Amino acid sequence: MTLEVDDLRVYYRTLKGDVQALDGVSFGVKDGEILGLAGESGCGKTTLGKALIRLDGRMKHVGGSVTLDDQVLPIGDDVKMNPYRFKQVSLIPQYSMSAMNPTRKIGRMVRELLDSRKVKLDLDELHNRLDLVELPREVLGKYPIELSGGMKQRMVMVISTLLNPSLLIADEITSALDVSTQKAVVTTLKGFRDRGFVKSMLFITHDISLTNQLADTIMVMYAGKLAEKAPAGVVVNAPKHPYTQLLISSLPEVGVRYADKRLTGIPGNPPSLLNPVPGCRFRDRCPLAFDKCAEEPPPVEVEKDHVVACWKAA
Amino acid sequence: MRRYFGRKLLVYGLTFFMAVTVNWLVPRLMPGDPVASMLARARVAQPEAQEALRVYYNNLFGFDQPWWQQYLNSWGALFRGDFGISLWAFPTPVADLLTRAVPYSLALLIPSILISWVIGNRLGALAARRKVLDNTVLPVSYVLTATPYLWLAALMAWGFGIVWGIFPVAGGYSFSMTPSFTWPFFVDLLWHWVLPFASLFLVALGGWAIGMRNVIIYELESDYANYLSALGAPQKLIRRYAFRNAVLPQITGLALQLGVLVAGALVTEIVFSYPGLGSLILAAIQNKDFFLLQGAFLFIVLGVLIANFIIDVIYVIVDPRTRVGMAGASA
Repeated sequence: MTLEVDDLRVYYRTLKGDVQALDGVSFGVKDGEILGLAGESGCGKTTLGKALIRLDGRMKHVGGSVTLDDQVLPIGDDVKMNPYRFKQVSLIPQYSMSAMNPTRKIGRMVRELLDSRKVKLDLDELHNRLDLVELPREVLGKYPIELSGGMKQRMVMVISTLLNPSLLIADEITSALDVSTQKAVVTTLKGFRDRGFVKSMLFITHDISLTNQLADTIMVMYAGKLAEKAPAGVVVNAPKHPYTQLLISSLPEVGVRYADKRLTGIPGNPPSLLNPVPGCRFRDRCPLAFDKCAEEPPPVEVEKDHVVACWKAA
Repeated sequence: MRRYFGRKLLVYGLTFFMAVTVNWLVPRLMPGDPVASMLARARVAQPEAQEALRVYYNNLFGFDQPWWQQYLNSWGALFRGDFGISLWAFPTPVADLLTRAVPYSLALLIPSILISWVIGNRLGALAARRKVLDNTVLPVSYVLTATPYLWLAALMAWGFGIVWGIFPVAGGYSFSMTPSFTWPFFVDLLWHWVLPFASLFLVALGGWAIGMRNVIIYELESDYANYLSALGAPQKLIRRYAFRNAVLPQITGLALQLGVLVAGALVTEIVFSYPGLGSLILAAIQNKDFFLLQGAFLFIVLGVLIANFIIDVIYVIVDPRTRVGMAGASA
């Protein structure tokens, strides 16, 4: 196991109280595994991604642990976490377009960043990786503004993976891209994994069909909790959790006409995570809900590698 | 690049033309006749002699020609480097008066603008970093920047000059001294320079500190700062980037503020009876001295335009985005 997350709880401090955005999530990522993290907005997927590398000012590590390569990450301590960042855990951010300092030439920025981390820049390796993502080497002598959006995205991907991190977090990196570029990004990420640039990856997205192309395993989250985690094919074809089933069924299928049958989506909204009611958090929207749902369903491994948190599935 | 500066120079040329025209026009629109007041000063009793003098003066200053001729003449004189003769300090040429006053004004302006800009930026960047500093620097800066130049100048002259008697309150040097290149005179000069400089410096300082603090906070929240933090870059590197990027809008601010600072310096000079352009302009207005007023304004306009041009050049050097914009981006 590269990454092991155990009962992780991260809350947002607000004036009204704590928002329980990530409330007891446990999972593991194996060596060489790409874990796709899916769910609707507000389900805690970005919070989870941030928790693994850098909590922002409003976030509070309440409980649980993160173990990477048998080392416990001090995720609650910004300063102690620094030595692990970039080298062991790295991030491709949502905002690749503006992730680079606009007034520094890219090559110089990379060198300054590596110097500040006391790492020597391996220029040949950097050139190799630029070749790999089909960026001309001249980009190192350019300012970010001189690159197109796609080039910036690839440049950030190269920078983030330069030190061969054990875990790479890719947070909604395809959301702003057109479909063909999305496909290219996914292929590149797979290439990075296959060449051993990154040992394992957490691919956060709201786009289940895209996750299916890339991920080995898909984890679906709902309202700060794990709903279902299974190999990609199983989640898409034979989901057990009612939320996953509804999520999959609300995806349009290619070649199917929707003239007679309208896409419905899932009625209702996710609950407020400020003092949520105990029990299953999906039960208000769940068509299968029954009395037992007032108790919180524990995640149960129903088959090998298939974890579901639902009373009906177990 | 050449097109950029070509366009800039054209704009500066147009501004210069407009400024000279307005400078020519404004004194002439003021009520009162300068020749009449000169005649009054001359105390000539006989009407014939007075009439002869009037014709002589009108001819000397060209007031007997039609206004468009006077306007063209003033341009011609300008290109010959001839600013005319002062009416107030007749018959001293305006150019002499100006060259005597300009060093004093520059000695006040350049250090107060540059030092307040540099220290204000440092102070603002520091305030953005520490809560304690932020809670002290910010309110003080707001008070300073809201203070009118002349009020602070008067307050300092009263406090340091009259109550405590540390610094002299008026003049560029002691009345008992004659200008010379000697140490005692230089020290005396410096002693008189402190208060006007300090009042200009303090008012400008507050504005720069507030501006810098706000821009730095904005920069530290920006995406590139977050990305660097996520990659574990030390705060030192992130702050260095943020400071450098935050300086850019401050440079623009400097270009915008230049005119205000010059105006403030003129008022401050008057408060301290400092022998610079400000005092000269006051005398020119009081005596309806067209030529002196025109000459002094011309100097100021030229100074501000040149300073703005220098800032334009510096901006192109420090912000790569402006250069890229000129060269055209590549995909």
